[in-house]
Amino acid sequence: MTDSVLYSVLLLTSLGVIAAVVLYIVSKKFYVYENPLIAEVDEILPGANCAGCGSPGCKSFAEKLVNTEDISDLFCPVGGNDVMKQVAALLGKEVAEKAPTVAVVRCQGACDVRPKTTEYQGPRTCAISAMVYSGETDCQYGCLGDGDCVAVCDFDAMYMDEKTGLPVIDTDKCTSCGACVKACPRDIIEMRPKNKRDLKVFVGCLNEDKGGIAKKSCEVACIGCSKCEDVCTKGAITMHNNLAYIDADLCTLCRKCVDVCPTHSIIATNFPQKKPKKVVVKKIIEKAVEKVEAEKVKAEKTEVEKVAVVKKEIVAKVKLENPKTDA
Amino acid sequence: MLKTFPKGGIHPPENKITSSIGIKRMTVPKVVNVPIAQHIGIPAEIVVDRKDKVEIGQIIAKSGGFVSSNIHSPVAGTVTKIDQIIDTSGYKKQCIVIRTDAKNEANFEEVTYPLLKEIKLEPKEIIQRISDFGIVGLGGATFPSQVKLNVKEGTKLDCLIINGVECEPYLTADHRLMLEKAEEIVVGIKILMKALHLKKAVIGIENNKKDAISIFKNIIKKEDGIQVAALQVKYPQGGEKQLVKAILGREVPKNGLPLDVGVIVHNVGTIFAIYEAIQHTKPLTERVVTVTGKHLETPSNFWVKIGTPIKDLIAEVGGLPEGTRKLVNGGPMMGKAIKNTDVPVTKGTSGILVISEDEASRGKSENCIRCGECVSVCPMGLEPHLLMNLSEKGMYEKASNEDIMTCIECGSCSYVCPSNRPLLDYIRFGKNIVKKLQTSKN
Repeated sequence: MTDSVLYSVLLLTSLGVIAAVVLYIVSKKFYVYENPLIAEVDEILPGANCAGCGSPGCKSFAEKLVNTEDISDLFCPVGGNDVMKQVAALLGKEVAEKAPTVAVVRCQGACDVRPKTTEYQGPRTCAISAMVYSGETDCQYGCLGDGDCVAVCDFDAMYMDEKTGLPVIDTDKCTSCGACVKACPRDIIEMRPKNKRDLKVFVGCLNEDKGGIAKKSCEVACIGCSKCEDVCTKGAITMHNNLAYIDADLCTLCRKCVDVCPTHSIIATNFPQKKPKKVVVKKIIEKAVEKVEAEKVKAEKTEVEKVAVVKKEIVAKVKLENPKTDA
Repeated sequence: MLKTFPKGGIHPPENKITSSIGIKRMTVPKVVNVPIAQHIGIPAEIVVDRKDKVEIGQIIAKSGGFVSSNIHSPVAGTVTKIDQIIDTSGYKKQCIVIRTDAKNEANFEEVTYPLLKEIKLEPKEIIQRISDFGIVGLGGATFPSQVKLNVKEGTKLDCLIINGVECEPYLTADHRLMLEKAEEIVVGIKILMKALHLKKAVIGIENNKKDAISIFKNIIKKEDGIQVAALQVKYPQGGEKQLVKAILGREVPKNGLPLDVGVIVHNVGTIFAIYEAIQHTKPLTERVVTVTGKHLETPSNFWVKIGTPIKDLIAEVGGLPEGTRKLVNGGPMMGKAIKNTDVPVTKGTSGILVISEDEASRGKSENCIRCGECVSVCPMGLEPHLLMNLSEKGMYEKASNEDIMTCIECGSCSYVCPSNRPLLDYIRFGKNIVKKLQTSKN
């Protein structure tokens, strides 16, 4: 009885010892040296694995950072300058400081200003519908509205606005990884510098058609009138193929171009509200109409059509008085 | 038992409404928009300017390279502008807009050419003229014909196949052409046989065009080396690879051409265009177009000048019927919906199909039920459900390994799918990406 217990204990112990020795030898023999810095750098990086830096993930980017001599070209858009500074301090290398950027959607062709002329029945992804034809509207440069950009966003920074049918970017969440820029078959999304208050002025259109055709397909299209180019004192606006482009480095955010743009295709975001004159004229019309309506209601219950006629007359009258407005 | 290709294939309802209606000459349009990219390959280079006067058949855009083609003016008139107009690709492309000169009688003359049987040109001259006169494959692919005919010396070539299959439902352009211009087509075949030093030619016609088969059988009694092959009705028999397999039993290698098995395939429309170019020095400026649809007033076949806006064609058949949902350039299987009626007829437009609401609906896409229908009908022996999933998930390398590039885009898989899956849409997309990846690798 004791013998059998003894034997089994001895057998298992010896087996364990042999296995331990083999494992020890193997682990020594096939040891792979990994620079401990890589793990440290990986720890600093955000760990989003978004591929915004060009490497497939954070680990491989860390390897790249450790193994390359000059890392001034490498940049983690998600971590930004803070993370890159930490990495540089750890590795004793120099990094270039980059201005933070944020993605912007350069199309304003919402459903109400850019009417649909055809219907697409195929799979609802931008990549396929762009391959098949120029889209449901007459503008072949604008947003297709199937949300490929939203689908690739790893940071939940984008959503499709149901009313406009256009993607909206949450600039606080956007890490400027650039996934949406790559996903858009129309190249509508652009990375633009982000300043402290996130003030931006950019042309919200990519339509290269001649003015008339562009305007017909979309009310807020850039018609290439070059008024903005003339008004810009810094030379930040250039015209190319009937389309204006604002160079963010030269732009001083004076917003003169926004005011002169006849189609409102230049977008200014996050600026405090201005009081343009057109609104005042609109108010005059509204007030006048209200007055007339109130009078009418007082006098008698009149038909709706008559009010409309009166409205028209007043609008015409106000226009005559303020011939420069186009409200 | 009639010949056919062995793998896959479907039999959609034929709906050849216009098969008994003769080809009419269409009224000359007031304005033609001639796109410069009507063929596969490099777009032609424009050689006319605004306000230039052009004659019928004058070159207005020159071939831009080896795989390219000349474009000739279809009407006599004035070039009003060179503009961006949406063409059959769905995108705006450069077009030469020509206003027809109403006073020039050449526009309205109905030229009837006598049948010329004697072939005077030498083989090299024939191929040169086919190249100069802008002839491209009129079956739909619009591949410049001279490229096909430029056979390297030493290549084994023993048979010319004439594609008169027209397996697409609705379309009857080739069928009518074969009925009305059979003699000319036979001369055209002989021209090509001379150019390629061939002794054998086979005309492949599906058995639903018995009248055409009997006409050709009558004519070729006197000719040596030309045969007629009556084929079982099956889609997509008009595909080059399927046709070669059906008629000769030869398997064209994957990613290869019929030339690899010693065959050259040409469409009957192309053959007729070659006949006119060689015997009557007439460049390719018009083609037969079937304008059809179940709800049209008078669907019929027309001789149409290249560049005619499709709205003119629609007006000719009595206007768009109520409830029209879709206009298709080509047949219902492989055709492509067009964006608006200003789209011009190009060299590849074999038909305009007007589809109503109930026919156009694609149905809601459901999950794949693994029934394997798409696999059983694929004429190339592919697995469409797998290819679709791979390209949907972005696994393009794997899709490439599964031979996505051999897909001929016949659409049989999408046609039979009980779950209405957009198989072809995704496969075509995957093909595009794989092609891009392959070119960037090289």
